[in-house]
Amino acid sequence: MKYGTEIVVLALATFAALVAVAMAQDVPFQQHVWILFFVLLGTVIVLMRNTTFAPRQDAAIPLRPHASAYMDGPVRYGTVATMFWGVVGFLVGVVVALQLAYPDLNIEPWFNFGRMRPLHTSAVVFAFGGNALIATSFYVVQRTCRARLFGGNLAWFVFWGYQLFIVMAATGYLLGITQSREYAEPEWYVDLWLTIVWVAYLLVFLGTIVRRKEPHIYVANWFYLSFIVTIAMLHVVNNLAMPVSIFGSKSYSLFSGVQDALTQWWYGHNAVGFFLTAGFLGMMYYFVPKQVNRPVYSYRLSIIHFWALIFLYIWAGPHHLHYTALPDWAQTLGMVFSVMLWMPSWGGMINGLMTLSGAWDKLRTDPIVRMMVLAIAFYGMSTFEGPMMSIKAVNSLSHYTDWTIGHVHSGALGWVGMITFGAVYFMVPKLWGRPRLYSLRLVTWHFWLATLGIVVYAAVMWVSGIQQGLMWREYDDQGFLVYSFAETVAAMYPYYVVRAIGGLLFLSGALVMAYNITMTILGYEREEEPIGGQLASPESVLKPAE
Amino acid sequence: MDYHVMREFADSWGLLFMMIFFLGAVLFVFRPGAKKQAEEAARIPLKDDCNE
Repeated sequence: MKYGTEIVVLALATFAALVAVAMAQDVPFQQHVWILFFVLLGTVIVLMRNTTFAPRQDAAIPLRPHASAYMDGPVRYGTVATMFWGVVGFLVGVVVALQLAYPDLNIEPWFNFGRMRPLHTSAVVFAFGGNALIATSFYVVQRTCRARLFGGNLAWFVFWGYQLFIVMAATGYLLGITQSREYAEPEWYVDLWLTIVWVAYLLVFLGTIVRRKEPHIYVANWFYLSFIVTIAMLHVVNNLAMPVSIFGSKSYSLFSGVQDALTQWWYGHNAVGFFLTAGFLGMMYYFVPKQVNRPVYSYRLSIIHFWALIFLYIWAGPHHLHYTALPDWAQTLGMVFSVMLWMPSWGGMINGLMTLSGAWDKLRTDPIVRMMVLAIAFYGMSTFEGPMMSIKAVNSLSHYTDWTIGHVHSGALGWVGMITFGAVYFMVPKLWGRPRLYSLRLVTWHFWLATLGIVVYAAVMWVSGIQQGLMWREYDDQGFLVYSFAETVAAMYPYYVVRAIGGLLFLSGALVMAYNITMTILGYEREEEPIGGQLASPESVLKPAE
Repeated sequence: MDYHVMREFADSWGLLFMMIFFLGAVLFVFRPGAKKQAEEAARIPLKDDCNE
């Protein structure tokens, strides 16, 4: 029977969710497990409608004529999920930006800023970024190990389990369930579920590496593996907590006071370092060489880049706690390690950019290469800005201001977003067996909309952040603060409006991409003039690598 | 095992271990013959299209 085990296990889980509804100790938990119940019930119904009782071997016939020796089903689903959650996350970002400019848009109780902000951050970091990482890591590890994914349907469990985590996290935020830890807001039961999914992810990835046919483990896999292992460690330690009841949504952290703060930022900064950097560097080390059809500039530099990044990043977290109760030596340690991170970060940036040496003309003719180069450039810029902001003197101006928000977005939109877009544009025609993308001109549109959006966003946040910082520390000759806090909030209004416009530009770029990707998947090819300047070798424009 | 014991271990043996590991990794990268191997490894992604 097709999906036999899945249906039985999910039906039992659905019943367990119903029991949890009955036993719930608090109202938000009850609402949350009702959602879980209906999600699981829906899944069981879908599976039962698609089940067959035919003998198993019938299902072994490949569905698609171009089906390869690799297991690309989860990668296809993951690519679509990346696109979907990306649009959702960017949309929520625009909404929260507008809520800051126009407080009337805070709709109580579910859609006020306090609940929408973690929805935005988790949607872009974990839903968009996480799906991109899972999909590309499965794509890359198979092709660089020349081996099929390990564990059979375990990869499907990772994909669907991760989507369930996203849905539970997002709905929990809107219901007001949060443990209020930055980038780790989901409560204990959602955290436990993610742990299970993550261990399965590690098994699939590691198992594929173990049974590789290629003797050497390509550097991209090192970065992906370090991301998976480190996130597992960070997630477990940061979320050590004691639930009040196993049928309740509330839990208390095992840490308290400054230890808790340091644990949170050890987690928080390494979520940036290993989720948003190491994982996406793995993407860079595979997709940039593929798209320009040249090996990486220096493979040995990439190995040093890897080890230096791993050894330094883990110590940088305390720079989020400058001038707090954290001991001074720990603050200085965080600052020193952040400044040292300049070296591996720029080593990696140079390595990525120099991969194009001898192929710089593609920057003019291939908008996907342009996107990747912009991503690497933003990686360089935000890894310059970050260490600079971690210096205590600079931090005394920048901390708690919009400058930090601008910095995060130049990294997240510029680096993470752009490298993901490049990778998705690269993968989609290959995954669905299409000769090319629906339209390269639309990629150019996406490129410019997104770039303009990021530049507007980052520039506006610099101005507003520095103004905010200066207003907060402005004393008069009597030693009194010149501005009340509300005055500094009012002064931010024009910047917040322009910031929302920047976000809107970025969102519209993503919508253009979603259209382009959909049409590619459906098998359309737009008739369009090739992008100019490709006279030297006409195939080099549309055919990336083969 | 209280905080001070762990701290002492971290800033003596722990630090030494990580320094040696890192320097070892760097030296390993620059060992004789590494360049050729690295160049081969760098070509791994470019020769994977047999199954696509």
